[in-house]
Amino acid sequence: MNILMLVLVLCCFLCLYRILRGESAADRAVAVDILGIVVVGFAALLALKEQAGYLMDIAIAWTLQSFIAVIALAKYLEGKHFDE
Amino acid sequence: MNENIGYIFITIGILFDLFGCIGLVRLPDVYNRLQAAAKCVTLGTCGTLFGFFVISGFTAAGMKALLALAFVLITAPAGAQALSRAAYLSGVRSWKKAGYEDSKEERELRETA
Repeated sequence: MNILMLVLVLCCFLCLYRILRGESAADRAVAVDILGIVVVGFAALLALKEQAGYLMDIAIAWTLQSFIAVIALAKYLEGKHFDE
Repeated sequence: MNENIGYIFITIGILFDLFGCIGLVRLPDVYNRLQAAAKCVTLGTCGTLFGFFVISGFTAAGMKALLALAFVLITAPAGAQALSRAAYLSGVRSWKKAGYEDSKEERELRETA
């Protein structure tokens, strides 16, 4: 179990490396998207380890919030306003 | 028995997560990174959530895991598509060694957008 969580932390750091280094703004937006999805899996794993079911609420909320953030970033990259 | 099956699902899912993140770091341009990372990480997170559901059964937490799985399956491809479209329209070029050049229609789409 601990090894699995360590692998997920490694995934998060790989995403953070891409956010830090990314050549273009689109690279950073992609890395933010992937980081959001990885964290949902991490919340599920933590809920299993701690026997804490309420962490699944956080996973659901994180999924939806991450999706909205990605759509907003994509709109911003396209150079449109949010109500178009 | 259920626990073992669930842990197998979780392990496979986390391996997919790892491969997707390695692709995110190693591949040469935005479109390659997006297609490697988005697919692998979507499947990996869905595997992890399904393993959680198999272990905890039809409890409140298990049903929430199924709900989160459905949300990830719907939202992750939609977000990836929006991001790739935004990258293309904002003028990010593809990898030069891929030998891909824009056709005339695509250039017009880029200019009118």
